[in-house]
Amino acid sequence: MAILEILKIPDARLKLVSDPVEHFNDDLHAFITDLEATRQAGPAAVGIAAPQVGCLQRIVILDCSQTRKPIPNHGHLILINPEIIHWDGFELGREGCLSVPDYTGNVIRAERIKLVAQNPQGESYEYEMAGFEARALQHEVDHLDGLLFLDRVVSRRTDLFQRKVYQKGGKKKKNS
Amino acid sequence: MNNWKMVTLVGEDKPGIVAQTTDALYRNGLTLGETSMMRLGGNFSMMMMVSGEGDLKAVLAPVAEALNLHLHVDEIAGRLHQHMAPNIQIRVMGADQPGIVARVTGALAASGFNILELESDVAGTAQDPVYIMTIQGVSEEAVEVLQQALDGLGEEGVDVSVSAIEMLFA
Repeated sequence: MAILEILKIPDARLKLVSDPVEHFNDDLHAFITDLEATRQAGPAAVGIAAPQVGCLQRIVILDCSQTRKPIPNHGHLILINPEIIHWDGFELGREGCLSVPDYTGNVIRAERIKLVAQNPQGESYEYEMAGFEARALQHEVDHLDGLLFLDRVVSRRTDLFQRKVYQKGGKKKKNS
Repeated sequence: MNNWKMVTLVGEDKPGIVAQTTDALYRNGLTLGETSMMRLGGNFSMMMMVSGEGDLKAVLAPVAEALNLHLHVDEIAGRLHQHMAPNIQIRVMGADQPGIVARVTGALAASGFNILELESDVAGTAQDPVYIMTIQGVSEEAVEVLQQALDGLGEEGVDVSVSAIEMLFA
């Protein structure tokens, strides 16, 4: 087991698209062990993607089971070749990243997603995620496509025009 | 490099203000830190952390004069990498009315809320202005406690909503 070095901006490797995993072998399993050890070693990150340690393979670890406030989640997930197949709704939220020290920004993400992914043995599963976990998954899949949350940051002013604000106003009208 | 100054420049908006200002800083070996720049009511306002050797006022005065900007320079004790992450967002929206900002922020201050960012705007029309404000900040109080403190501050037609910001760190 090894703690791997986390690439940080402006490392150009963070902008590269990762390749699908083809061999579900001992090498893959050993790498996953190291990737998880790396996630655990740093500041409390709910996810990590292989390209963040310079491995350009479509591998993500996600664990939203330990958030400060409990939120719906699928526990500890190792997702190989994850592919989002459905998006629904959108929501603004604030994100930070192991690869982007000392900066956070607001990003729009889908509220609900469906994805297919393989486990470390190569078996396919389908997941439905919502809210925080869905946001975290989208953040990680972006890494596999060479995108950082910085590529999606929106002005705080944009938030003023989000659909949610109008929905809230509509709700209030109904009550009064 | 730690002798940061806060530079404020304000004046009628026109293209090129940022370019000419930052070019003057760069050519004189001065460094930018955190900045915030925005058009407010047809004026362009800039707040910039600037560090480096030399007479900052002398560097910027000719630019300010040429662009007809008010220039203000303060010595500050600030540093970079002092970010705080907000955990609460408050949205206020509704009919424009006097004192709403003072009442909302007063109630927040009384609860120990620390405002990190506040942006407000007047939308709608001149006849029917709509006031919109978003506040992001740090509070140790629960969302429900803050919401209760703010409920009833707005009169009819003003919506004040408090929500938690769940920071995603991944």
